[in-house]
Amino acid sequence: MNLHEELLVLAGLAAALVIATTVAVILRMRAGAAQNPVLDNLSARIKAWWVMIILLTGAFLAGRHAVIVLFGLVSFAALREFITLTPTHRADQVAVFMSFFVVLPMQYWLIWIRWYGFFAVLIPVYAFLVLPIASVVFGDSKNFLARTAETQWGVMVCIYCISHVPALLTLDIPGYRDGDPMLVIFLLIVVQSSDVLQYVWGKLLGHHKIAPSLSPSKTVEGFIGGVVSATVLGTALWRITPFSPLQAAGMSLIATLMAFLGGLVMSAIKRDRGVKDWGHLIEGHGGMLDRLDSVAFSAPILFHLTRYFFTP
Amino acid sequence: MVERLVAKLITTSTRLLTGAQARWIGCAPLDTHRIYFANHTSHVDFLLIWAVLPGQLRKKTRPVAALDYWSRGAVRRYLIDSVFRGVLVSRGHVEREHNPIDAMRQALDGGASLILFPEGTRGPGGDVQPFKPGLYHLAAARPDVELVPVWIDNSYRVMPKGLPLPIPLLCSVAFGKPARLEPSEQKPEFLARMRQLVIELGKA
Repeated sequence: MNLHEELLVLAGLAAALVIATTVAVILRMRAGAAQNPVLDNLSARIKAWWVMIILLTGAFLAGRHAVIVLFGLVSFAALREFITLTPTHRADQVAVFMSFFVVLPMQYWLIWIRWYGFFAVLIPVYAFLVLPIASVVFGDSKNFLARTAETQWGVMVCIYCISHVPALLTLDIPGYRDGDPMLVIFLLIVVQSSDVLQYVWGKLLGHHKIAPSLSPSKTVEGFIGGVVSATVLGTALWRITPFSPLQAAGMSLIATLMAFLGGLVMSAIKRDRGVKDWGHLIEGHGGMLDRLDSVAFSAPILFHLTRYFFTP
Repeated sequence: MVERLVAKLITTSTRLLTGAQARWIGCAPLDTHRIYFANHTSHVDFLLIWAVLPGQLRKKTRPVAALDYWSRGAVRRYLIDSVFRGVLVSRGHVEREHNPIDAMRQALDGGASLILFPEGTRGPGGDVQPFKPGLYHLAAARPDVELVPVWIDNSYRVMPKGLPLPIPLLCSVAFGKPARLEPSEQKPEFLARMRQLVIELGKA
């Protein structure tokens, strides 16, 4: 892909955000001086989108290594949120310390040096065996299985899954220049727009709750509308991918479905932990994981499908 | 110059590790004469308060620290004297020449605000321990100083007592409504009331 198409996609994103910002400003003017939490939330979200897109664009322009470092920091922030909500014991201190300061840097370093074989097994083989050993030497067996499982699941979602986003840059796809970020841009646009579009369709047409005990705000109408419109958007982006239009549609559909289901899994964890406590720890609302739960579940699937079918 | 660089390095890494957020619930970060008194469960506690204060206030705020701990070794000595500009007090046995209250009062008279942990030592991370009387003596001696209760959340898990491996966890520091010693109030009632202010802030 050439620079021309990259700039076109980024200009499209900027235009979408300008429209969103304009709509928010008009809504705010029409609402007058009255307090409106929904509008405040909308403005906060749009502002966050500006920041995220500017950061990502900067990293893409700076090259492959900058993207790897950026997602390493994203993993760090996500794992910090996950472990904060996990009741680890004193005996897990060493295991948790290693997750942050050994496993995380190593996983991203393996992407940096393109050692795919080790990258794929570092966490599921080595980390998953060594971390419980680091806990068990302290001799505290209380809730041992639950503690171990929680730490490992945090490492799985926050490090292993999220690291597959920059790993897309290491795929050796014919016709792509080295470190071309277009697959990352494709994944992020499809998955994040499916989140936003599900929210929009849900607000416009939503009546039937899809998973009332897990995520009360999600509706059947929002789900169908979001998945269909994000798939259409992903198909329209086929020119920046190695896929044909039909293949781009299939990839987008799989990515959005995984994103939706991943969102449900992460909501179940939040519900189980009593999400009300979040507000004490981060000002405003939501964190890195709220934005990235859907990406974490779709990135590894897109990575492996592309690796299997589109690389020599 | 070097001191400011070291201070910047320490506050930045504390923020990175804990994502520390200041929650100004009962007061604003104003440049007034204050004693910040907080619950104490971890070595990182005073760093947390120090790191979330705006730079202008941080320059004028001095932590009250234990002489026996901080006088061990040249590095600790350098940090507490030159970087944190701590007010060192001896714990346990109080002698007339080294009265800890005098040292704190002198620091206040010099224009500084103080960070104080009235439990005296780090607790086990559960209940807030009973307060030592120092806070009362300071409040009685300098009644115009604002007493700001502070609740530090989650720092126990960052670095528990006796295990010097910090793990990154989100912490927050809540600042409550400033209090003062009431004219009719006796020492035990005052200390119990101050302790309650900290505990209630933890539930807010």
